[in-house]
Amino acid sequence: MSFHPEHEMHTRRKGRNIGVGLVLGALIVIIFGLTYVKVTSQGFQAPAAQEAQG
Amino acid sequence: MTDASINTASAPQEAEFGDYFALLKPRVMTLVVFTALVGLLAAPVAVHPFVGFCAILFIAVGGGASGALNMWWDADIDAVMQRTARRPIPAGKVSPEEALAIGIALSGFSVVLLGLATNWVAGGLLAFTIFFYVVIYTMWLKRWTPQNIVIGGAAGAFPPMIGWAAATGGISVESVLMFCLTFMWTPPHFWALALFMRSDYDKAEVPMLTVTHGRPATRAHILVYTLLLAGLALAIAFTGAGGPVYLLVAVVLNALFVKGAFAIWRRDEVMAEADNYAAERKFFKLSLLYLFLHFGALLAEAGMDRFGIELTIGGLL
Repeated sequence: MSFHPEHEMHTRRKGRNIGVGLVLGALIVIIFGLTYVKVTSQGFQAPAAQEAQG
Repeated sequence: MTDASINTASAPQEAEFGDYFALLKPRVMTLVVFTALVGLLAAPVAVHPFVGFCAILFIAVGGGASGALNMWWDADIDAVMQRTARRPIPAGKVSPEEALAIGIALSGFSVVLLGLATNWVAGGLLAFTIFFYVVIYTMWLKRWTPQNIVIGGAAGAFPPMIGWAAATGGISVESVLMFCLTFMWTPPHFWALALFMRSDYDKAEVPMLTVTHGRPATRAHILVYTLLLAGLALAIAFTGAGGPVYLLVAVVLNALFVKGAFAIWRRDEVMAEADNYAAERKFFKLSLLYLFLHFGALLAEAGMDRFGIELTIGGLL
């Protein structure tokens, strides 16, 4: 038997923390994805690739 | 402190993640997402799928943020009305201050991110929509005039215009027509709800048409607005946004909608109470299908245009 059984309040708090964490993670993925799409759709090439072509 | 010191009876109720999500009015958000998606996909400019996904997400978050601000301002009304008494603020799960903070933060995030992801016309339209819903409708019109639903309905009509603007960077006849369709649809939709949720608006002292002008006047208003809506919905078939598929859908749905409005108009309260507002409830449910299928048909027309599929009806379209 545990001396510190998880209170129902802790379960709710944990759920909330996980939810906020996932939202923040999703925000990072979205901003990264948008940056990638914006940069690549404007004909951007990495300097190494430009040199190889030139 | 030990676990034994936690007094569950006096501890303030802590919100779950779902309570914060409920602040964003997810059911209203589905309508926002769908109409904005139609606006985005029906536009003649192709959008990168990921940018399109983000645009819809930010529009949905902006709509949700305005819902949170609406709940913050209207917490007193929500607590009185049976339909809204279980919302997070009146239920004591989220404090009004938290709702205000979430609403403002998400409004700012959604507008800026939509502007950066697509263009500032779309971002500006989203900002204006949030302003219109929160300040013009919630803070001003809702408690002041029985025309609250008519004018405030504009806020719910903007998403297809925002979706269109996200793709094209501007406003056009087609996007304005989509706005008009939702705008004209809102009053009969909400007045039907007000007819069978009678005691709610009475108790909350919200000047709904049913309270200020009486129920027979509301029934007449539903009929008049439905007829105007039917005219507009059918006219769209003959514009660039419409076509034969849309015309077919519009003819069937508007015939049913006008029939339902006539049924409501011909009834009185005795008849309505006898069958527990069956006609009003049926009309309300039909109104949801009405908007969904009209926008679905507009989407189908845009898809057929894009893939070069042509259908004609007797040389008319």
